[in-house]
Amino acid sequence: MSTRSIEPAAVALAPGTGGGHDHPSLQHHFDNLEQQKEASTLGMWLFLVTEIMFFGGLFTTYVVYRSSWPREFMAASSTLDWKLGAFNTAVLILSSLTMALAIWAAQVNRRKQVVFYLIATMILGLVFLGVKAVEYADKFEHHHVPGPNFVWSEDAHGEGGHAAAAPTPEQAAFAHHVEIFFSLYFIMTGLHAVHMICGIGVLAFLLVPSWKGRYNSAYHNPLECTGLYWHFVDIVWIFLFPLLYLLGAHAT
Amino acid sequence: MSEHSTSRAVYFLTFGALMVLTAATVIVATFDLGWANDVVAMAIAVTKALLVLWFFMHLRYSTRVTVLTAVAGFFWLAILIFLTMNDYATRETLFPFPGK
Amino acid sequence: MNTSNTVPHELPPPDDLVDQPNYLNVAYGLKSWLLTRDHKRIAILYMISVTVFFALGSLFALLIRLELLTPEGDLMQPDTYNRVFTMHGVVMVFFFLIPSIPATLGNFLVPLMIGAKDLAFPKLNLASWYVYNLGGVFTLWAIFSGGVDTGWTFYTPFSTNYSNSYVVATALGVFINGFSSIFTGLNFIVTIHRMRAPGMTWFRLPLFIWSHYATSLIIVLGTPVIAITILMVAAERLFGLGIFDPRLGGDPILFQHLFWFYSHPAVYIMILPAMGVISELVAAFARKRIFGYKFVAFASIAIAVLGFLVWGHHMFVAGQSLYAATIFSVLSMLVAVPSAVKVFNWTATLYEASISYETPMLYALGFIGLFTLGGLTGTMIATLGIDVHVHDTYFIVAHFHYIMVGGAIMGYLGGLHYWWPKISGRLYPGFLSRLSALLVFVGFNLTFFPQFILGYLGMPRRYWSYPPEYQVLNVLSTAGASILGIGYILPLFYFAWSLKYGTRAGENPWGAVGLEWDTTSPPPTENFPVIPVVTREPYDYTSEEVHRRTTQQEVPVVYQVD
Repeated sequence: MSTRSIEPAAVALAPGTGGGHDHPSLQHHFDNLEQQKEASTLGMWLFLVTEIMFFGGLFTTYVVYRSSWPREFMAASSTLDWKLGAFNTAVLILSSLTMALAIWAAQVNRRKQVVFYLIATMILGLVFLGVKAVEYADKFEHHHVPGPNFVWSEDAHGEGGHAAAAPTPEQAAFAHHVEIFFSLYFIMTGLHAVHMICGIGVLAFLLVPSWKGRYNSAYHNPLECTGLYWHFVDIVWIFLFPLLYLLGAHAT
Repeated sequence: MSEHSTSRAVYFLTFGALMVLTAATVIVATFDLGWANDVVAMAIAVTKALLVLWFFMHLRYSTRVTVLTAVAGFFWLAILIFLTMNDYATRETLFPFPGK
Repeated sequence: MNTSNTVPHELPPPDDLVDQPNYLNVAYGLKSWLLTRDHKRIAILYMISVTVFFALGSLFALLIRLELLTPEGDLMQPDTYNRVFTMHGVVMVFFFLIPSIPATLGNFLVPLMIGAKDLAFPKLNLASWYVYNLGGVFTLWAIFSGGVDTGWTFYTPFSTNYSNSYVVATALGVFINGFSSIFTGLNFIVTIHRMRAPGMTWFRLPLFIWSHYATSLIIVLGTPVIAITILMVAAERLFGLGIFDPRLGGDPILFQHLFWFYSHPAVYIMILPAMGVISELVAAFARKRIFGYKFVAFASIAIAVLGFLVWGHHMFVAGQSLYAATIFSVLSMLVAVPSAVKVFNWTATLYEASISYETPMLYALGFIGLFTLGGLTGTMIATLGIDVHVHDTYFIVAHFHYIMVGGAIMGYLGGLHYWWPKISGRLYPGFLSRLSALLVFVGFNLTFFPQFILGYLGMPRRYWSYPPEYQVLNVLSTAGASILGIGYILPLFYFAWSLKYGTRAGENPWGAVGLEWDTTSPPPTENFPVIPVVTREPYDYTSEEVHRRTTQQEVPVVYQVD
């Protein structure tokens, strides 16, 4: 197994005797920056594993109900604007690029570019959230928000369905299954949006230390870990987009 | 501290590939291919995820433990989905529902 | 074989060592505890918290057993009874069993055993304790507002649509508590991977570490699933969604799949750390390396992995497909194998060993017997045919209490008694501690063995009344519970007593092998004055140097003279 944590020779532990100057960012329970970096990276990956399983419960629910009610899911999906969804996908992918470039900038000691790319990532994140807000408002108008105000009629492609006579049992069941799609839509994209908001918050938190030049080629753990989180949130959307938006794209 | 530093060119290329794949997934979705729609959509999504993981998330430079961690996460999700669907897909395998 | 316990042969530590700075006296005051980053202090904080919740959960158990003294439901309303057994389950599972050993003994010992100064993320460790308490506050608020009546399993659609109780508040408490668990598990995995002392290779690690590593894998992979499931239940309840509602096309069984995907591996979270403790106890009190060390180490990992593939055995009669049920049944048989490997290896370790029957060893021996019984009944109920008959009866209740109480809690108590001198620097009374162990063993069997019979005869669980022919066994069970309770309360007293009046312990009162015994009792804040370099194999009781060092006294005895 890895021997990276095994340092030669026992070292006295009194603080400050770590042999010369300790890096100001080195925490006392680590032997050196390398060990600290590897620990924090592994820690963040483990957290991402918990996120995979967290969203995973929702994806499982989606798979179960999609396999049970494929037509309903297609009908519901076609009421989502896939162009907005695709735009948002592009925005997120671009934000991943800017995030990666922020880390690159730290590695080459370009302090101002670090700040620039962090801000760019944040702005792209906010654009994403803005588009989502527009989409949610649209769903609200069409009464596609699950709950007591949910309405689904046969030609509910935004055409202001005429209030039909009482629905048949099949139609009622269809509407209920469509409502399940929208429940999943709101929970999955809502949870994703919450993660985006937290990510943007963390990025904001990094701006001041970045401006002060704290992150450079020797030390940029916080950027790396935040980047991992951000890219993961992007990956979640990479799966959400086709599963939620593109089911009905080929509808007749 | 020694560290591999990815060149910007690699990041831009990855970005380009991701955009191309996004366009591809949208285009393919407009055709009705039956069950193949799902397969292609997921294949493209998985490819995009792998690109992000490998290049943006620096898995290519990570330790074996880190790579194993990432793999384990997705593998465990697969267990959850697969064994759960094992129930749903076989509800009528041994005994068809009466009166259907 | 020696059983003498009245004369301490270990020399008390020299006077200049008595007041040396250690993690306990390095700073005083509430702030130094509430803002500590020392894993040892955090372990103590956790010890206090889990003890409080254990007391609360026991109170609910007491109410259950009191009600079940008589066949009629005469102590409380049926709805109240539902709340009582639900809160018993919620508190015991989430606020005691899951955190107990990892957050107390694990937090204290993991860095010591691997030769590190602290865990990888000390602040995260402290945060984990605060998050635990935050979850506890939500749950306590729910309890005092009236509680939940859904059973700790929160089955839908009752929990989402029909229950009039504080489902969301309790669910939120459990949700928050889950993060506490995740932080601990994450911390352990990174620490064990990245912070081992020089020379501490994977196969020189104590089996306690292997168990906690496997436990942490389960925590990280499983807990998030119940977290999202709880969120979905809360959302459904609050917003009238239909994800689990059959009237709206939802499937209640889906809830059960998602719930048990975590909750079955959760039982391995509860038992694996205890198994790790037992490995340490058996090695120390048989003065012998564990037989088949690598098999036991890999068995821990196997339990963690296989434990994720069997959750459907909780749903045999719920409505899942027979095909899936059969597969889950076969896989459940498989998961018994690594547990059995461990039991065989502990037994083989004891064979022709020089056993000393100190209190921790009494708990370890009790564990081996009771866990085996519980485990065997587990394979019984993994059999589809039998489970159809005994599902939701007291047979199931007895099975899991044999594992959780006869197994996990005895492991916890055994570990506490073993490492208490290290944690507190004090020794505790020998007679009282053995008496407690005996009371726990006798009380436990009297409480739960009759429940196997009751269940097999058909007494359903979660019912507040029962046919009169079951009364005798129920009375026996309640009597046993009282004895068990006394056995649990006694340690509170003598441990507290020992803090002030107990003889001070030296570095290694048991004469055991392990890095934690190579430093003072209690240890200094940074654990070791000098980071050790590890060269010997684990449990190396046979090497000349170790033999000489650990048998300065002929009789490794720890009790102070009254």
